[in-house]
Amino acid sequence: MSLLVIAEHDNAVLRTATLNAVTAAAKIGGEIHILVAGAACGAVAEQAAKVAGVSKVRVADAAHYGDQTAENLAALIVANAAGYSHIIAPATSNGKNTLPRVAALLDVAQISEIISVVDADTFVRPIYAGNALATVKSGDATKVITVRTTGFDAAANSGGSAAIEALAAGPDLGQSKLLSRELTKSARPELGAAKIIVSGGRGMGNGENYHKLLEPLADKLGAALGASRAAVDAGFVPNDYQVGQTGKIVAPQLYIAIGISGAIQHLAGMKDSKVIVAINKDPDAPIFQVADYGLVADLFAAVPELTAAL
Amino acid sequence: MKILVPVKRVIDYNVKVRVKADGTGVDLANVKMSMNPFDEIAVEEAMRLKEAGKATEVVAVSCGVTACQETLRTAMAIGADRSILVETDVDLQPLAVAKLLAAVAKKETPQLIILGKQAIDDDANQTGQMLAALLGWSQATFASKVVIGEGKATVTREVDGGLETIEISLPAIVTTDLRLNEPRYATLPNIMKAKKKPMETVKPADLGVDVAPRLATVSVSEPPKRSAGIKVADVAALVDKLKNEAKVIA
Repeated sequence: MSLLVIAEHDNAVLRTATLNAVTAAAKIGGEIHILVAGAACGAVAEQAAKVAGVSKVRVADAAHYGDQTAENLAALIVANAAGYSHIIAPATSNGKNTLPRVAALLDVAQISEIISVVDADTFVRPIYAGNALATVKSGDATKVITVRTTGFDAAANSGGSAAIEALAAGPDLGQSKLLSRELTKSARPELGAAKIIVSGGRGMGNGENYHKLLEPLADKLGAALGASRAAVDAGFVPNDYQVGQTGKIVAPQLYIAIGISGAIQHLAGMKDSKVIVAINKDPDAPIFQVADYGLVADLFAAVPELTAAL
Repeated sequence: MKILVPVKRVIDYNVKVRVKADGTGVDLANVKMSMNPFDEIAVEEAMRLKEAGKATEVVAVSCGVTACQETLRTAMAIGADRSILVETDVDLQPLAVAKLLAAVAKKETPQLIILGKQAIDDDANQTGQMLAALLGWSQATFASKVVIGEGKATVTREVDGGLETIEISLPAIVTTDLRLNEPRYATLPNIMKAKKKPMETVKPADLGVDVAPRLATVSVSEPPKRSAGIKVADVAALVDKLKNEAKVIA
């Protein structure tokens, strides 16, 4: 049995989400291959070849894979799907964009955002914003799966020595063209991979307060910055800060929720964090029901004090 | 240009979900059902395109039980011109819905199909992409801005690192993210008007689609409960706990 893991990358660096997907593949069992589709993505293939437990890296290097458009990528995956029992991608925005297309073209169901593997056909996935866990069994010949990265540890990114094999590129379908990207530039760790996350909500009041209070704290802790939907909707911070059911799902060692009430959609995105701290002036805020350590206090006094104490 | 807007009837987003004691699913008896919030955004976006003169007709379609008629009436109260119910009691999974919608799209020949990016019940996030694949159309998922041009659309998408803007050829699929728009409330006169708008009912067999589920649900369980911890008195106590008890900071 062979499994194909779709690499998440930016043509230069293999993203850690790929490593979580490799671990999920290893739990299913079988020979693990990684598909790297990109433009001038040789460095990514080299990194993928070093991932522990991977036996082959297949590389499709062509200009029209550089922007990871779903139409071209899905066609390439489907053209190379023969012989694989499982096709697996991390549930990143690229994975979520592309894999359902692959599943439909193969006429199979997709199993979205699995958090554990029961056996080669059976998986556990959260439904209803994580308020229930469904165990589902697939009867399809090929299992197309996206992996919630917080459910699986990252595979080691060294020690492997997989063979690298070039794949013929498919045609450019020309249906979609990238015009521009506005990516948030930050020296901080990315949300999905951070060990500590400092997250702010509506209680911050405005974007200026958010940055003035939370950035020094995040800097001291080497933390990533996150936000509730309320803070994003209010324009305090960009969309990619959002943690929750429809934003990013995170599970850091330490999650510090500041001025966040704890709506169910937000809890869905962070309740698997190892330690949760909540700072909120409302003692009845639902966030305290999941927090290991709650501090009922005015955040405008408590956050600078916390930053100074670290 | 005609726009097709698929809408799903789901448990209302304010309802606290309860897992059934026998582990077969969640309890939907006597629970308030509503239109999936992302689909409301889809209907609103279609209406704005119609009001801006970019679209001539907005057709809502829903797949599922008879009660989905209510969801379609809601879509027509927001402004959809007419609606189609693909009626079945079968538990529909995303691939089956995508096949039904593809069959409807082949009859209706819209230039644009706008769907919610995911439904808040199964959180699958698949149907739009699958539909695009089955029709061989381009797709723009997780949209926060849609601009229609001549034979093409420019769509800004919410992606992991921020935003990206793509140009797609029409016909195309767009799936909505939260910040695309704020849906209007249906007014009472429009709710009354919606009762008179045409609703067509078809069956999956009429469309030649096999809707048998591909995934079997083995069990549904409660997630592990996270118990509330303690309240600390002040910042000093918090720092002490984090350093010496939880040991998550040095």
